[in-house]
Amino acid sequence: MTDATKYVSHLELGEPDQTFLDSNELIINMGPQHPATHGVLRVILKLDGEKVLGTECVIGYLHRGVEKIAENRTYTMFNPYVDRMDYVAAVSNGLGYCEAVEKLLNIQAPPRANYVRVILTELNRIASHQLWLGTHALDIGAITPLFYTFRDREEILKIFERYCGARLTTHAFRIGGLQYETYDGFEKDVETFLKFVAPKIDEYEELLTTNRIWVERTKGVGYISGADCIALGVTGPVLRASGVKWDIRKAQPYANYSEFDFEIPTGQNGDTFDRYIVRMQEMRQSLRIIEQAVGKIPEGPIMAKVPKVMKPPVGEIYHSIEAPKGELGYFIVSDGSTQPYRIRVRPPSFVNLQALDLMVRGQLVADVIAVIGTLDIVLGEVDR
Amino acid sequence: MLDALTAYLKSNQTPGQAGSVLWAFIYILLIFVGLSVAVIAMNWLERKVLAHMQVRLGPMRVGPHGLLQPIADALKLLLKEDIMPAEADKFVFWVAPFIVVLTAFTVFIVVPFGPTHAVTDMNIGILFMLGVSSLSVLGIVMAGWASNSHYPLMGALRSSAQMVSYEIAMGLAVVSAVLMTSLNQTGSGTLSMIGIVQAQQAQETWFIFKFFPLGLIAFFVFAVAMVAETNRAPFDLPEAESELTAGFHTEYSGFRWSLFFLAEYSAMIAVSSIAVTLWLGGWLRPFPHWLSGGTWDLVFSFFPGITFLGLAGIAFYSTVRMPKHVYFRIQTMGLGAFAAALGLVGILLFLPPVRDRIQDIYWFAAKVAAFMYLYIWYRGTFPRYRFDQLMKVGWKVLLPIGLGVLMLTAVAGVFL
Repeated sequence: MTDATKYVSHLELGEPDQTFLDSNELIINMGPQHPATHGVLRVILKLDGEKVLGTECVIGYLHRGVEKIAENRTYTMFNPYVDRMDYVAAVSNGLGYCEAVEKLLNIQAPPRANYVRVILTELNRIASHQLWLGTHALDIGAITPLFYTFRDREEILKIFERYCGARLTTHAFRIGGLQYETYDGFEKDVETFLKFVAPKIDEYEELLTTNRIWVERTKGVGYISGADCIALGVTGPVLRASGVKWDIRKAQPYANYSEFDFEIPTGQNGDTFDRYIVRMQEMRQSLRIIEQAVGKIPEGPIMAKVPKVMKPPVGEIYHSIEAPKGELGYFIVSDGSTQPYRIRVRPPSFVNLQALDLMVRGQLVADVIAVIGTLDIVLGEVDR
Repeated sequence: MLDALTAYLKSNQTPGQAGSVLWAFIYILLIFVGLSVAVIAMNWLERKVLAHMQVRLGPMRVGPHGLLQPIADALKLLLKEDIMPAEADKFVFWVAPFIVVLTAFTVFIVVPFGPTHAVTDMNIGILFMLGVSSLSVLGIVMAGWASNSHYPLMGALRSSAQMVSYEIAMGLAVVSAVLMTSLNQTGSGTLSMIGIVQAQQAQETWFIFKFFPLGLIAFFVFAVAMVAETNRAPFDLPEAESELTAGFHTEYSGFRWSLFFLAEYSAMIAVSSIAVTLWLGGWLRPFPHWLSGGTWDLVFSFFPGITFLGLAGIAFYSTVRMPKHVYFRIQTMGLGAFAAALGLVGILLFLPPVRDRIQDIYWFAAKVAAFMYLYIWYRGTFPRYRFDQLMKVGWKVLLPIGLGVLMLTAVAGVFL
């Protein structure tokens, strides 16, 4: 019987090079306790000095069996669980799940709910990107942006807190609409935030974009081509930075994204620097969307007519949204009962993490850290 | 005994020159205590300054405005369990931090805090400094190797490669400064740290402005190399936290770790002292010739007192702003006492006998403090270089610039 708890790496050391110096390849273990693996990712690195010859990701340290839990909960009861996957973009997770179930039930969220959904989701996108920027910069050695981004992210969390009482795992939406009616002054808060954060994004860029060391550390690092992205299923800013103009908000509009005017920022080089620029631009585009939405929130109900006991018809559905990290999809199989037969989540972090090996092979140890940062993974979502 | 003490004071020489072992010992003790205090102060300042750059407050709990935080940290480190990895090479693991600390402190033997304020005036002072400070890499390699672990090993490898390559650029910049000393009346150059400052005094210019912009470029090369030499941001690869957890001292804890910490900060002060001595006129006050004369001398001699009064003012202002709650009463009183102590020192420094004796040391310390601030500033601003980029900067940028400046300085020295 094999010991299931013991992980055996598939990386194998090459023969020692005895031609010049008696040099040997080295396998080192990075994580799961490591300051730069964003939680509990474990990467086994095969190194030749500082050069990376191969990597192997070991995941599952944060596995909570979310998908299995779903099979024993009703559709409504499972709703808060999705917040715990990508906990820095909980609102997006909630939106994806609610819309998927709505699609299964064949109901439509009312317009007012859709507007608020878009505003909160886009706010969450900014918050997620801010957290990404701070930690990514920290990994590369710039410690200051982290505090700037966290200071500004706080304002978003305050809005969430006022809206639904929670800051991170918000559970903001319900199947068929919203959990809560917006509070008095919601629009004003959002507008104040828009004015507040626009110069702050410039401030981050001021600190990094023209910083020579930042540019040298990110340009040409972790290259991945558009074709490779598509082959590996990589989505989100990573895909767009490689020059593929693919954004589900435009390609398969959900909620009421089709009503808003925004652009999809893309890069050409597919390197870490382009991904950084793309995400910075995305924050600005999100601001644009919020700006358009916040003035036009229509009056009306916040909930569609949803049956008290949800019994979706037998069938299956796949619905995906553009989460801050990429395509977040929910595949739900219904057997006609109150509980889903199976829910399978397509998490962007998990799929994007596949590209790590391709992106860092042949580069240096320091680049592994930069690439893990630029992939913007959240281990809660990778392991579920 | 008393005679031996007073006899030296009249001699107007460094203890080393005067051959006074007793005074040499006193100086060493003073420097050791001063350095330890400087490291403690630097520890607090770095955390506070960095915190304020990063829109946060930094330590606020231990003592008013976290003033006692370094002491609390030191206590914690001393009381921690001393862990030695089972697989470590025991002796080498034990001896490595001592080598690093020893080298970091030994260099201060020749640092001239004033014309007579050095333990000794070696005629090869600057060579001694460079030589001894480069020995610290030995301790780092030993620490990394003895830990018998991958991360420390990589940290040590990076560190040794980095220190060796930046020493060359550093050395070239130093040589160009030494060349400049040979342009005084006697035409003979000097390697003595005191001699270098006296040459700047005699030539009526700091070497940073000599043969503009050659001195400035040499200084720039040195300023970059010295950050790399001390493993500080943006060249802090050996201890790159996000990559190698803590680099060569990953396996160290408690007292041994604190020795590395102590060594790092005293090494920072040491290289800053070299930079100050070589390019910024050492203990000389600013504008000694432009703003010369008795009045200006008097004005500049007030600076130490003014600085301390200013610090006292800041401390007093913070005292007034302390929360009025009863829980904060002891802290407020402590901060007030600290302000009063600073103010007292400030007033003491206005007294003519103290004022005249403290001048040199004050200006030297002030210049070094400026460098310390720069170190913190770099850390708050720059991302970290990658290993290959670091090597590129060292070998392909700084080395050619250093060589070019050296040659041009030689040419300029002959023709100008």
